Amino acid sequence: MLFELREVGLDRGGRAVLDSFSARIPEGATAIVGPSGAGKSTLLRLLNRLADPDRGEIAYRGRPLRSCEPLALRREVALVPQLPALLEGTVESNLRYAAELAGEPLDCEGTLRRAGLDPSFAARDVAKLSVGEQQRAMLARALAQRPAVLLLDEPTSALDHAARDRIEAALAELRRELEISIVLVSHDPEQARRLGDQVLEMPA
Amino acid sequence: MSAGVQVELWQVAASLVLVALAAAISLWQRADLERDIVVATARSIVQLTLVGYAIKLIFDADTIWLVLALLAAMVLFGAVTARHRAAAVPGSFGPLLIALGLAGAGTLGLVVALGIFDPTPRYLVPVGGMVIGNAMTASAVALNRLGDEMADARARIEATLALGATPREAAAPTVRRALRSGMIALVDSTKTTGLIFFPGTMVGMLLAGAGPTDAVRLQLILLYALLGSVAISALVATLLAYRNFFTPAAQLREPR
Repeated sequence: MLFELREVGLDRGGRAVLDSFSARIPEGATAIVGPSGAGKSTLLRLLNRLADPDRGEIAYRGRPLRSCEPLALRREVALVPQLPALLEGTVESNLRYAAELAGEPLDCEGTLRRAGLDPSFAARDVAKLSVGEQQRAMLARALAQRPAVLLLDEPTSALDHAARDRIEAALAELRRELEISIVLVSHDPEQARRLGDQVLEMPA
Repeated sequence: MSAGVQVELWQVAASLVLVALAAAISLWQRADLERDIVVATARSIVQLTLVGYAIKLIFDADTIWLVLALLAAMVLFGAVTARHRAAAVPGSFGPLLIALGLAGAGTLGLVVALGIFDPTPRYLVPVGGMVIGNAMTASAVALNRLGDEMADARARIEATLALGATPREAAAPTVRRALRSGMIALVDSTKTTGLIFFPGTMVGMLLAGAGPTDAVRLQLILLYALLGSVAISALVATLLAYRNFFTPAAQLREPR
């Protein structure tokens, strides 16, 4: 089992964002759907310890998540947030930063291709990319760390159909090429069925 | 060294004409500052008179312990004052206290160790006051900026933490900008000193009858001492305070 959540609860500002939530997320690709405000993004952040639950237990491949060192965990379980947030500089400098943090050699061209970006993007200034291009650069940056698990928060929100199809194709290709598990949050049930081996529904 | 000038009370009283002028302008143009001008004038008289007596007491006693107690009080009040401007930074008091203490001790320690000034009340009190005052402004500006930048850059900092960066690595660009903004005002005013404004020490020395050469040399020493203290305080305050935005598990704390 990739992740196992038991009775997980988390409060923010005096209200429960997650309450007594239990789920089993197997290896492979899992899509999480649910209405907005159901705590989907929060759930992803719990899985690589960008936040810790107030109640309950989470296990990652059988280990209690709380016993995992957060920095090492985050290099292994990479999260791509919903809104692109790259560091100032070029696409390549972002990829290099991530690769160096993980102690991995950087294959810039191959990584960009995997994320559905042309290698010519390496030298581009991130400030001059469209949101869709930034989102793919974020995916490429996560891949530069050669993670075992990818957590994707609405990877195609705010994109047109063409850009969405490119990201979906890139993700499908990724799963064929690499042994990587994916947990993906989507507001779109169609996308969840296309990308997930299983679909996990969160209650409102 | 004997006092170069005698200032009589009637001279001070006469200068109040200029305060009246300022109040009149405010009243005439409805700037709504006349009350503040009166309060500011009254406070300046009371505060400076009290400080004058305190300094006289310390000079007469001529003991280093009283000087150190006065400097410690300045550091404490400076940290309390600066904390209000750093309201967005959690737990800013400790970092500010340490920053001001280190800036004061480091700068004064160096100018004494280098033999620039004797460790006597006559030098330590006024120089210490300037050094700690400027350090307070610099660290307050730096932490104010740090609070704003940490709020603005939240998404980027968390995205960088998500790559397995340490809080220090994730906050580095933010800390750098905060440090810069704490130091830049003094660096800029040092660049234009003498061209656009005459710094206070030089004015004071010239008025007190010192030669221009001595006035300029002393002013330069003080400017450089201030640069050092401003750099120390902005650096120490930002490097200690940014940690308070993170949990021990390298997570961003929820904003209050």
